[in-house]
Amino acid sequence: MRYGFDDLKRGIAAFAAGLGRITIMEVCGTHTFCIRKYGIRQLLPENIRLVSGPGCPVCVTAQRDIAAAIGIARQKDVIFTCFGDMMRVPCGDVSLYSLYEEGRDIRIVTSPLDVLKIAEDNPSKQVVYFGIGFETTAPLTAALIEAADRMGLENLSVLSVHKTMPEAIKHLLSGNNGIDALICPGHVAAVTGSDAFDFIPSLLGKPAAVSGFEAYDIMSAILCLTGMLSRGEKKCVNMYPRAVRREGNREALRLIDKVFRKSSAVWRGLGEIEGSGLEIRDSYSKYNAALRFEISTDDVPEARGCICSQILCGKKVPTDCIHFGRTCTPRSPLGPCMVSSEGSCAAYYRYGGE
Amino acid sequence: MEERITLAHGSGGEAYRELVEEVFLPAFSNECLAPLTDSAVCSAGERIAMTTDSYVIKPLFFPGGDIGRLCISGTVNDLAVSGARPRYISVGMIIEAGFETETLRRIVQSMASTAKEAGVLIVTGDTKVVEGGGVDGIFINTAGIGVFSDDRPPLPQRIAVGDKIIISGYMASHGMAVMAARENMGFNPPILSDVAPVIKLVNAVLDNGCIVHAMRDPTRGGVAATLCEWVTGDTDIEIFEESLPVRPDVAAACGILGMDPLYIANEGIILMSVPERCADDALRLLHSMDAGKNAAVIGEVKAGSGNVHAVTGYGTKRRILMPRGEILPRIC
Repeated sequence: MRYGFDDLKRGIAAFAAGLGRITIMEVCGTHTFCIRKYGIRQLLPENIRLVSGPGCPVCVTAQRDIAAAIGIARQKDVIFTCFGDMMRVPCGDVSLYSLYEEGRDIRIVTSPLDVLKIAEDNPSKQVVYFGIGFETTAPLTAALIEAADRMGLENLSVLSVHKTMPEAIKHLLSGNNGIDALICPGHVAAVTGSDAFDFIPSLLGKPAAVSGFEAYDIMSAILCLTGMLSRGEKKCVNMYPRAVRREGNREALRLIDKVFRKSSAVWRGLGEIEGSGLEIRDSYSKYNAALRFEISTDDVPEARGCICSQILCGKKVPTDCIHFGRTCTPRSPLGPCMVSSEGSCAAYYRYGGE
Repeated sequence: MEERITLAHGSGGEAYRELVEEVFLPAFSNECLAPLTDSAVCSAGERIAMTTDSYVIKPLFFPGGDIGRLCISGTVNDLAVSGARPRYISVGMIIEAGFETETLRRIVQSMASTAKEAGVLIVTGDTKVVEGGGVDGIFINTAGIGVFSDDRPPLPQRIAVGDKIIISGYMASHGMAVMAARENMGFNPPILSDVAPVIKLVNAVLDNGCIVHAMRDPTRGGVAATLCEWVTGDTDIEIFEESLPVRPDVAAACGILGMDPLYIANEGIILMSVPERCADDALRLLHSMDAGKNAAVIGEVKAGSGNVHAVTGYGTKRRILMPRGEILPRIC
């Protein structure tokens, strides 16, 4: 039977009444965005607190990687392509958007495969694609590299800063962190399969629910989690079966594995996490922009006073930051959490604080 | 005349004359333009409305419209929502050398037919041609004059507590049509822009005794920008999210690109703030016209402190803020 929306609300309230103060982390940035958009917090009892996790790909991209992208985009005869998401992320007082305004050839694509045509049409230019995102976008980048190889496109390369989600969750939630349960990312799980999150109950001892992105989905996931908490159950439940299978999308996983190998990656806020990055395999190394271009690997400091890194770990909320809404707004962001519409700070700013 | 526009066509000599006589005059001909003097001499009332806008759109032709229809509609609509009756339009064109004459003809034809539809005269113009790369194809500036009369005075453009907010049709169509065309998103059938003169919708409401406190055409920044500009220090606007009319294809494109239809540009709809007692009449008048058949009450004005809120279908509220900067697609 399908519950009505009010049933979900009442059910959550009933479970929560038997619990103390509980903290649920939504790992995925799109969940952060939807929770604010639908006003989900207003539907929950006082003792349920939602915190955002490290699931906004823009927010967790290290300053060093953004500096590398900007370094390449500035070079002569380069066409730099990326998703619109990354355009406004600042690195010092520069961003890809500010370079675009200066007249650099920076193009927003909505699919990595669009880059093939750009490379074909501009044989005298070096065309670089900035591969960001988790398991959701990594297969597309893999498909781009595979196609470029098949077509023999010599002037195309990829700066890959792709990351994988399970390792980051493991890293973040091992040890005492005050998180009682997790809403797992539905889009990532559509690729990895819900089984990829089984380690949350088995290894970390916390209940988890894979959720979709409608208000009904998110409320159902919260009902499922509060139910498990009140029964002391620890399972990973797939609450998004219309998109997510246990085993995931085999073809997408095959593509990722063909083009990338697991590597260590630096996450903004979380630091270096072993096995959480996707590096282009040696067999495709000629498409690796990190090898084709000279890139500085020096660390780039965070904007002074920006607490994005602590917000990404769920330790702080945006309104804790002295810059929030004052010196840091979506129009002139200090940190990436204010840039991306999935970022906690931007979501708080846009839809109001607590 | 040559197949492509050359620098000579902007030089004021023989080639320029040829351009005017073969491309512009046949399309725009009217008694104010005919003498081809330095200024058009036209009659107007005591109070006029005047506006100007420049059009630099890419692509020049998009599903549902083109830069020609856009540059006339945009200026006509700015006049219409002030309460004026649009009368005269000027056209300034900056064209890149090498631009196809046939393409220019198509744009000019589109301008002429849109002007006819809107009941305005194109009375004066100017053309400059710049070297290749100087502009991207063609830029067009239009200015317009509209007239007020005793029965059609300027609208107060100030909302009042108790007003209903009415939208005349589907929102976000223009912005998403252009974006889908630019990004080659391959919607089939394509998303159509709503670009059109709104003067008939405006007339239907204003000439039939409806009181309107404020009226706007929500172009760049979308419905959200207009609502945010309307609220004053002592009013709030509350909109009902579920009542916002969005075509399904437009809603889908917005979903794919991570965009909120409230912030997307429109070019053929109007937003009105009308006293509650006139709301039903205004809606009925709009519904009687083809372009207004999807009109809806989308919100109301309350006493408050300058905020715009959306009430979701779940009974929750969220704030609607003024849009900031260019809206970029969000993918990952």
